[in-house]
Amino acid sequence: MSAVSGAVETAPITSLHALRSADPGDFAVPTGREEEWRFTPLRRLRGLHSDAPLGQAGVRVDIDAAPEIDYAERIIAPADPPGFLPEDRVSARAYAAAGTAHVLTVPKEAVASRPTIIRVTGVSDEATAGHLVIDVRPFGKAVVVLDQRGSATYADNVEIGVGDGGELTLVSVAEWDDDAVQVSHHQATLGRDAKLKHFQITLGGSLVRVSPSVRYSGTGGDAELYGICFADGGQHLEHRLFVDHDTPNCRSRVVYKGALDGDDAHTVWIGDVLIRPDAVGTDTYEYNRNLVLTDGARADSVPNLEILTGEVVGAGHASANGRLDDEHLFYLMARGIGFEEARRLVIRGFFGELIGKIGVPEVADRVTEKIEAELA
Amino acid sequence: MSTLEIRDLHAAVTEADGTLREILRGVNLTVADGETHAIMGPNGSGKSTLAYAVAGHPKYTVTQGSVTLDGEDVLSMTVDARARAGLFLAMQYPVEVPGVSVSNFLRTAVTAVRGEAPKLRVFMKEMRGALGDLSIDPKFAERSLNEGFSGGEKKRHEILQMEMLDPKIAVLDETDSGLDVDALKVVAEGINRFRARPGHGVLLITHYNRILQYVQPDYVHVFVAGRIVEEGGPELAKTLEDEGYEKFTAAAGAKAAS
Ligand SMILES: Nc1ncnc2c1ncn2[C@@H]1O[C@H](COP(=O)(O)OP(=O)(O)OP(=O)(O)O)[C@@H](O)[C@H]1O
Ligand SMILES: [Mg+2]
Repeated sequence: MSAVSGAVETAPITSLHALRSADPGDFAVPTGREEEWRFTPLRRLRGLHSDAPLGQAGVRVDIDAAPEIDYAERIIAPADPPGFLPEDRVSARAYAAAGTAHVLTVPKEAVASRPTIIRVTGVSDEATAGHLVIDVRPFGKAVVVLDQRGSATYADNVEIGVGDGGELTLVSVAEWDDDAVQVSHHQATLGRDAKLKHFQITLGGSLVRVSPSVRYSGTGGDAELYGICFADGGQHLEHRLFVDHDTPNCRSRVVYKGALDGDDAHTVWIGDVLIRPDAVGTDTYEYNRNLVLTDGARADSVPNLEILTGEVVGAGHASANGRLDDEHLFYLMARGIGFEEARRLVIRGFFGELIGKIGVPEVADRVTEKIEAELA
Repeated sequence: MSTLEIRDLHAAVTEADGTLREILRGVNLTVADGETHAIMGPNGSGKSTLAYAVAGHPKYTVTQGSVTLDGEDVLSMTVDARARAGLFLAMQYPVEVPGVSVSNFLRTAVTAVRGEAPKLRVFMKEMRGALGDLSIDPKFAERSLNEGFSGGEKKRHEILQMEMLDPKIAVLDETDSGLDVDALKVVAEGINRFRARPGHGVLLITHYNRILQYVQPDYVHVFVAGRIVEEGGPELAKTLEDEGYEKFTAAAGAKAAS
């Protein structure tokens, strides 16, 4: 089967993201026919979406926090700001089962002197729930790396709050073992003039489904959501973005790039951007591009922009799936560079633009190394 | 001694709909080291096709004839093997490759062609020297390959690669087009440095006599409708510029009609 497919979202975004609840019972068990689930192979979810019991022992979490950042474990308290409200059954089940949350707080006006590393290591196949909170208080500034490895069956929620004038760079790396299954929700709320740079780098795992979403609680919020994924044979890597513009004069950029290499490699990218009636002066752009390197791989890419106000600064989307460009390869090879190396250079270049945006050399270098390893 | 021999070369281009269209109709040309050949011909006559067919671009299919470099069959080589064997093509429209830096690209290419990686310090020095020779801002080394380069910058960058990769035979496809007079001189100096050293031959494709005033050719070939129809010395270039190609295109048309 060939590679390129452009599906069309059939329901307006407003209705797709309408239901949010902490009670798993509010969400029916998905059948696979729902718009939100139609791309996901449910049989491979090991019951995360239905009723598999969720424990807490399947992953180990180690935190190496910058000295300016406070770390605590606490019982999940739904009323606390920044506030998390699940938007599907897996997320609600994880929320109910996680028990305690790992909480990182960047105090008001504190500037972290180095990246904070959160290591999540899968240690058994027990289906496990997790909850992580990153709370950047006003004018705080930090870089956080979420480093996920090992073998796990994991449903987790990441609650992100960036207070007024705060800045957070979160680099989430999913480098799971081949048999891992993860369903993850990242929910961010940005205060006035807050900035979030969110990277999701998905390389390893049998099935990884990550849903990052952004909401704004004050004007001038700026969210940049970047993604890199590299799917090998048999991997299903799915990213579902949602940016809810409900506040005036906020900005969002979504750029996701994927490469697929191998039989039945499958990636899914859903980019939902909703500009509600109040969100005048919104500036948004989303872009997804996939390099399909082999026959038998499939990339689904569905940008979806719903605009409910007449006054936007900019709103656009683009999506393209394609093969490696023969002209690029020819140019490099005409200089003596062998096919394999030319291919590596072009792919590295394809992702390089995004890696450059990480802006933290030590993190960028690690991501580069990981992609090199995928290409080897 | 190096010799590129093109014998009775026929080649076709694969069009967008997948059909083949014959463009080259029996090209014969020998370029030996120490020689500079100019090919001049009207738009669409197949000059770039000749350059691409020799370099091995996948869009062009050789249907008949042979190309050898020092007796080795070039047509059976992969594109990269042709470059390593000593062929270089400066392209009429150099390709932009996003995210691949000039310095990384050059180092990779130099390593491939020389068969071993130069020491980083030695390489950097060599690259800076080559950039300086062609009046290219050293900042270009960290930019993406050809991305956002002006037409003239792209052409200078092609000559830079030629000088660093040091092929036996260089095919320069309209390297002079899009250059202002200053850039033209810089590029011509690069070509002259290259051909002044022993063991190098140049095949220069151009529309204008202008560059030939700086880079004196030994032979000028007139290329019309997929083949060479006339050969001469440098004076032929002047005649072509003054009189145009009508005489040759008319003759080619008459021949095709007969
Ligand atoms: N990639 C291609 N796809 C389709 N047609 C092509 C392609 N390359 C060349 N051709 C056709 O082949 C013929 C010869 O083109 P070519 O580029 O070789 O001419 P040229 O002599 O280099 O022209 P110019 O002086 O304009 O550079 C033209 O009719 C051109 O349209
Ligand atoms: Mg041409």
